[in-house]
Amino acid sequence: MPGSDKETDLTERIEAFLSDLKRGGSGTGPLRGSAETARETTALLRRITAQARWSSAGDLMEIIRKEGRRMTAAQPSETTVGNMIRRVLKIIREEYARSRGSSEETDQQESLHKLLTSGGLSEENFRQHFAALKANVIEAINELLTELEGTTDNIAMQALEHIHSNEVIMTIGRSRTVEAFLKDAARKRKFHVIVAECAPFCQGHEMATSLSKAGIETTVITDAAIFAVMSRVNKVIIGTQTVLANGGLRAVNGTHTLALAAKHHSTPLIVCAPMFKLSPQVRREYTINNSNNHFVSSGEILSKVNVHCPVFDYVPPELITLFISNIGGHAPSYIYRLMSELYHPEDHEL
Amino acid sequence: YFNRSYLLFGCAYQQSEGRELTKEEKQRLRKEKKQQKKNKEKKDDNASQESEKEKKSVSSSSSAPQPPTQPATQKAPSAVPAPAPAVVPASETPAPVEKPAKSKAELKAERRARQEAERASKQGKKGETGQQAATGKPKAPPSELQPVVKRLPEHIQVDNPDVLKKLAKKLERQQIPLRLDYGYKVSLFSHLHQYSRKAPLTQQLSIPSSVIHPAIVRLGLQYSQGIVAGSNARSVALLHAFKQVIRDYTTPPNEELSRDLVNKLKPYISFLNQCRPLSASMGNAIKYIKKEISNIPSQCKEEEAKGKLLNCIECYINEKIILAAKAIAKYAIEKISDGDVILVYGCSSLVNHILCEAFEKNRKFRVIVVDSRPRLEGREALRRLVQRGISCTYVLISAVSYILPEVSKVFLGAHALLANGYVMSRVGTSQIALVAKAFNVPVLVCCETYKFCERVQTDSFVSNELDDPDDLIVTRKGKTQLEDWQQVPLLGLLNLVYDVTPPDFVDLVITDLGMIPCTSVPVVLRVKNVDL
Repeated sequence: MPGSDKETDLTERIEAFLSDLKRGGSGTGPLRGSAETARETTALLRRITAQARWSSAGDLMEIIRKEGRRMTAAQPSETTVGNMIRRVLKIIREEYARSRGSSEETDQQESLHKLLTSGGLSEENFRQHFAALKANVIEAINELLTELEGTTDNIAMQALEHIHSNEVIMTIGRSRTVEAFLKDAARKRKFHVIVAECAPFCQGHEMATSLSKAGIETTVITDAAIFAVMSRVNKVIIGTQTVLANGGLRAVNGTHTLALAAKHHSTPLIVCAPMFKLSPQVRREYTINNSNNHFVSSGEILSKVNVHCPVFDYVPPELITLFISNIGGHAPSYIYRLMSELYHPEDHEL
Repeated sequence: YFNRSYLLFGCAYQQSEGRELTKEEKQRLRKEKKQQKKNKEKKDDNASQESEKEKKSVSSSSSAPQPPTQPATQKAPSAVPAPAPAVVPASETPAPVEKPAKSKAELKAERRARQEAERASKQGKKGETGQQAATGKPKAPPSELQPVVKRLPEHIQVDNPDVLKKLAKKLERQQIPLRLDYGYKVSLFSHLHQYSRKAPLTQQLSIPSSVIHPAIVRLGLQYSQGIVAGSNARSVALLHAFKQVIRDYTTPPNEELSRDLVNKLKPYISFLNQCRPLSASMGNAIKYIKKEISNIPSQCKEEEAKGKLLNCIECYINEKIILAAKAIAKYAIEKISDGDVILVYGCSSLVNHILCEAFEKNRKFRVIVVDSRPRLEGREALRRLVQRGISCTYVLISAVSYILPEVSKVFLGAHALLANGYVMSRVGTSQIALVAKAFNVPVLVCCETYKFCERVQTDSFVSNELDDPDDLIVTRKGKTQLEDWQQVPLLGLLNLVYDVTPPDFVDLVITDLGMIPCTSVPVVLRVKNVDL
């Protein structure tokens, strides 16, 4: 039967995606960029919308929520998955509201009047059936996909506004967004980049070779030399894994030290982060202890010693000067507002 | 122009009387002397004679801070015409104002007197007070403030080709091979040397080396390969090698031990400097040895003199390093309480000693060892502490802000303490102090007084050491990204060894003289110099 074929095909794809996520996080599989993950998640959600059996918006949202919970549980540190799910849920809500005919603004604004007169939970239960809803939702998801494909280019286009000639720029680890940003500026300006290697994975090495091949004068330094070299740095430009709701960051470990050093020397700290990295989550810690073998080799001591290898650092918003995203530049204090435009408050907890 | 320049020079001098003469001022003086010669044609002989003596006196005064074995002949002619130049300008230059002429004469008289004072002090400090009275300077006498004309060390002037040429000539004279720089140097550090560990200096020496004592050759190799590392270890190894040199030394006929032995040591020190730049502690130890050697009276018999020197060196090691460590441990243990979580960085012999002592005294604490690439010295510290039974945690320096909320105190070692209160230590120390300050965790630096240094420095660029850049290359997940970094034209690797920590990050410095704040370092230096 064609229906069940589609379903098994769908479940297969979902399972494949989940196992991919699990593998990517343990460090053994190929490291995927978050843009890639976001795109794959969105494509998968579009497929679910197209192929799963649902009759009303509420059903669809339930299905997506269920799959979403499984996906985030597979790899909790990969927050773009959760972000994309919330975006799609918001799209569904919007399309439903549009089909029903009510305007978007009155739904969104939580005025005091509305709170008093509504009397309890919202009446929306998304049970009404609309024939065109499926097509509309799929179209909106396609738009989202186009937006995702253009994020890196949109950010890179803003590079010349922020980098002047003969600057010394510092960055840490490897971020594809920052790489594109700097390469775009290098086409027109000459400047010097210092890359902190970010032990133990030393992804900074890859970044440095890639930048130097693009014609940028690059220097690789160890993490220990960050403060020593900071006095000669004009700007610090970093990427991040997640942007938190308060404007803080969850970024690769070593970023907090970099941010403190930049604050001490009053050097501006610029974060290049596309909108899909914005997450309504609160600060949480992620440690992987199974990479001991990377840097402690002698076995007899290993048993008597605790080794910590945190993957991410929390950077508070006071240390950040500017966020550059695909829709422009923002101050950290504005992030909460962007958050409210991207996600519906009820979706913050999947 | 001529009159105005004199006026300016005179006024500048009047305003800053207590200042030592810089090279620029001496050059300006020389230039003005030359112009004077050109303008006033009368008394040609006198003028040329005087400008010649001027140059000689200037050159000899600039060479005054060099080691005391200056041939006595060079100083004699400068001393003789002392009264003559003082008189000549007054008569030759009626046009310029009275004030500048007098200041120039004063200058020369001072310089002469300073040379006398230094020569006298180097020969045993006799009649110093007599020289002081002769200067006639209104401010403090020179011996107290020691206005020495400082010579910039060669190892931070690599971008100056004249300095390099001079060094090459000096090494050729001493028959020591010159070590060549390796690899692409980052532009910010073009004034420093960068050597490769794969090309040690000993490969260029002939075996057996007739000029350099074998103990010194071995020591040089140990330094350049990193086998002996850490300022205490390097100083102790140096002193032991020098003891061996002294034991094997015999005075050649017609030579004095005090002069000849110092001359013998000079090429050794150049060689060691080429293998790896000397540390501040080694510099202080060498100064001490040279002083002791030159203080040996000439009538002393050779055996007696050698025995005395060996004894001095033993005492120095004992007092300044071993006993100092005990004293510091005693003070530091007061600062460790039960239940403490102590963070240490890298491998400092002093800090390890303190922790082991505290553990013996049954203090309950645990240690977090922070380590950094590429040296990974923390593993050594970890090994030593775990062997004693102290419970330890190990992290890399990028995880410091993750682990700091648990920490109650930070103990750091130092390579040298500079006279403006900055702490020079292994690269990464300033970073740890910065993050600790942000989390309000007290930072304690432990340092013996023999590492105190009269240099001043505000950033980590002007004077540092560049280690082999190939150390940064590493293989992760089967790929070595930086393998061919030399082929990529715009890629540079930077492997710094030291950095300076500003005094506002450090809460306390524990020395063998007690617990002092960072800013009291120049006070300790002054006290030490007066004692000497």
